[in-house]
Amino acid sequence: MRQYANVITAYAIMILLIILVGIFQSWSVALSILNFCLISAVMTIGANIQWGYAGLINFGIMGYTALGGLAAVLVSVSPVREAWQVGGLNMILCGGMIAGMVFSIRYVLKKIEKSKKRNYAITAIIIIGLILLRLISGPAIEHIEAVNPAKTGFLGGLGMPILFSWIVGGFFAAGLAYIIGKVALGLRADYLAIATLLISEIVIAVIKHEDWLTRGVKNVIGLKRPVPYEIDLQSTPWFINLVEKFNGGKLKLINSLTERQDVLSQLVIDASSVYVKLCFAGLFLIVVIILLFITQKALYSPWGRMMRAIRDNEEAANAMGKNVVKEHLLIFILGSAVVGIAGAMMVTHDGLFTPGSYRPMRYTFLIWVMVIVGGSGNNFGAILGGFAVWFLWIEAAPIALFLISLFTSGLADTNTFKLHLIDSVPYFRFLMMGIGLLLIMRYRPKGILPEKINIK
Amino acid sequence: MDFINAIVLLLNYIFVPALAYGSQLALGAIFVTLIYGILRFANFATGDMMSFGTMVAVLFTWYFQSLGISLGLLPTALLAIPFAIIFMILYMLTIDKFVFSYYRIKKSPPVQLAMVSIGVMFVTQAIVRIIIGPFDRRFFDGEKFILKAIEFKEMTGLNEGLTIKSTQVITLIVTVVVVSILFWFLNKTKTGKSMRAYSDNEDLALLSGIDPKKVVMITWIIAGVLATIGGVLYGLDKSFKPFTYFNNMLPIFAAAIVGGIGNPFGAFLGGYVIAFSEILITYAYKKFFTYVLPETLEPDSLLQLLSTDYKFAVSFSILVIVLLFRPSGIFKGKVL
Repeated sequence: MRQYANVITAYAIMILLIILVGIFQSWSVALSILNFCLISAVMTIGANIQWGYAGLINFGIMGYTALGGLAAVLVSVSPVREAWQVGGLNMILCGGMIAGMVFSIRYVLKKIEKSKKRNYAITAIIIIGLILLRLISGPAIEHIEAVNPAKTGFLGGLGMPILFSWIVGGFFAAGLAYIIGKVALGLRADYLAIATLLISEIVIAVIKHEDWLTRGVKNVIGLKRPVPYEIDLQSTPWFINLVEKFNGGKLKLINSLTERQDVLSQLVIDASSVYVKLCFAGLFLIVVIILLFITQKALYSPWGRMMRAIRDNEEAANAMGKNVVKEHLLIFILGSAVVGIAGAMMVTHDGLFTPGSYRPMRYTFLIWVMVIVGGSGNNFGAILGGFAVWFLWIEAAPIALFLISLFTSGLADTNTFKLHLIDSVPYFRFLMMGIGLLLIMRYRPKGILPEKINIK
Repeated sequence: MDFINAIVLLLNYIFVPALAYGSQLALGAIFVTLIYGILRFANFATGDMMSFGTMVAVLFTWYFQSLGISLGLLPTALLAIPFAIIFMILYMLTIDKFVFSYYRIKKSPPVQLAMVSIGVMFVTQAIVRIIIGPFDRRFFDGEKFILKAIEFKEMTGLNEGLTIKSTQVITLIVTVVVVSILFWFLNKTKTGKSMRAYSDNEDLALLSGIDPKKVVMITWIIAGVLATIGGVLYGLDKSFKPFTYFNNMLPIFAAAIVGGIGNPFGAFLGGYVIAFSEILITYAYKKFFTYVLPETLEPDSLLQLLSTDYKFAVSFSILVIVLLFRPSGIFKGKVL
C-alpha cells in the first residue's frame, strides 16, 4: 500500500482541484474539464506505450487523432445516396486501383532483383497509376462535391452507432502506423521525430482538402451521440422529477407557483447539460479503465520486460534473440491505435469534426508535455500528466488573469501596459506549459510519478 | 514569340517566387543545420526563434517610423535588422545559459535536448504572442515593385508580364551576402575552422585546445544572425504572423535534412530544392502549354500535378523519400 501512497495523493489532489472548479465556477465546466482530461489520458496512454515502454518518438500524434475523428464521421454519418450514385463506383474503382498498385509494387519487389530495372518498373507503376487515378477520380469527385454542397457534398458514412467508431478509429490509426512504421522506424531518434511530425502534417493536409471524403474545412456537424440530447432530457418527466427531488429544499422556499416553475425549468436546463457530460464521463472512464488494466498487465508481463530491455539496450536485446524491428513496429502500431481511439472519442464528445482545428501544438506537443510531466514509463504517471496538464491548459487563463491583476494592482485601470497584458491572457497558457516542461525536465526528469520497476 | 512568352510566364510564376522563398528557407535551414552540427540536437524552437527576431525587427521598424526615419525606397525594416539581431542573440544566449547548457554539460542524449527545445518553443511562442499578439502584421514600406507587369509588357511587347518585387531582390541580395560571409568565415578563419573541427569530432577538438564555450557562443551568435535575417526577409516578402513562422519550421527542417543535416552548404541548396519542388509541382501548366504546343494540341485541363493545398505536403513527401533512400541527405551530412 505504501508504495502507492504518492499515486493516491497525486490523484486525490487532482480530483479535489476539479471539484473545486465545480464549486467555484460551475459543475458543467468542471465536468467538461474532466471529460477532456479523460480523453487526454487515453492519448497519453498511447504515447506512453511508445515512448515510455519502447523509447520510440512519435511526433505524429495529431495525425492519428485526426484519423480517429475521421473514423467517427465515416462510421456514424448516414450515407449520402445521391453522392454514391454519381461517383461511388468510380471511387471504389480508385480504391481497388490503389490496392492493385500496392500489390504490383510488392510483386515487383519480390520477383525482380535489386537493379535499375526494378526501380524503373516501380516508378512506371506509380506514375501510370497516379495518372489513371487522376483520370478516374477527377470527374467523380467533382460530381460528389456538387451534391448539395451546403449540407453534404461528400460520400457520407455507414450510418452505424458512433460508439462503434471508437474501435474503427483504433484500426484506422493502426493501419497508418503500420505504413509509417514500415517506412520510418529504421531512422535515428531525432529523424524519426521529424519524419513523423511531417507525415502527420501530410495526413492533416489530405483530410483538410479531400472534400469528397471528409467535407474538408466545411466541417461535419451534428454527429450522432451515444448519450441523450439535452433538449430531449428537458422534456422527459422522470428527469424533471429527479431534478425536483434533488432541489426540493431550494424549491420549497419559493412561494409563487409560476416563479417556482421558472426556477425549476432553469434548473432542469442546467442539470441536463451536467447529466449529458456525466454520461460521457462514464463512457470515457470505462475506456480509460480498460486500457489502464491492459497496459498495466502488459507492462509487467514478460513482453513488457522485453520492451524495456529493448528500450534500455537495443543491441543487447538483439543479441538475446529478440526481434527488435518487429517489436518496435508492433508497439508503434499499438500506441497509435490507442491514440486513434482517443481521436474518435473526442469527435464523439464534440459532436463535430473540424479538420481545420488539428494543429501540432495542441495535438502533438501538448500530449508530449503531458507524458513527460506525468512520468513516462509509468501508466499512472502518464494519465496524471494528462489530467494535470489539461487542467492547467484550461485554467491557465483565469490563473494568469488573477496573477496579472495582483501584480499590476498598483497601476490604473486605463494603463496601456496593464490592458495589453490582460488582452494577452490566453497566451499565458503556452508560457506555463513551457516553463512547466522545462522545470520538470531539469529537476525531476522522470516526471511527477516516475517509473518504478520491481524486480522480484 | 510564343516560346519567349512561355519562358517569361515560367519566370514570373515559378522562378522568381521560388528563388525568393528558397532563400528564406535556406537561411533557416542553415540555422537548423548549425545547431544540429555543433550543439547536436534538432531544435524544434527554430520557427519561433525566427519569429522572435522578426518581432523585435517589427517593433524597431514601428519605432523608426514614428520617429520619421526611413530609407527612402528601401524598407525601414533593413535598418531595424541590426538591432533585432542584438536582441535575438541576447535571447538565445540567455536561453542557452539557463536551459541548454545544463544538458550539454551533462552530455544528455540528443532526444532529451530536442524535448527541452520543445519547452523553449512553448515559452518563445508565448513571449512573442504576449508582446505583439497573434495577428497578421505587414511592416513593409518603401517602393514595392522594381519591375511591374505593365512596364515589362510595354518594354518588350510581349503578352506575358514579368513582375519583380523589391522584397524578392532584397531577399536574394541579402541571402547571397550573408551566406558568402558565412562560408568564408567557416572555411577561412581560425574560429570557423575550430567550429568545424568541433562539429566533426568533439573530443579531438577539445584535445587540440579548442574552447567549447567559445564555439557554442559563436554558434548561437551566427544562429541569431541567420534566424533574424531569414525571419525578417520572409516577413517583408509575405507578412509577419507567429503561427505561420511556427509552421515554416517544417519546410525548413525538410530543407536541412534533404541537404544533409549538419552540412551548411547542403542546407543552403536544400532550401532551393524544397522551394522549387513545392512551386513546380503545384503550378498549373495550362497556360504554358497553350503557348508551347500548336493550337490543335491545346490542353483542356489545368495540367496541375497537385492542387496548391498540398504545397506543404510536397516538401514533406520529398523529405520522406530522401530519408528512405538516402538518409544522409543529397549532400552528405554530419560534418560542417
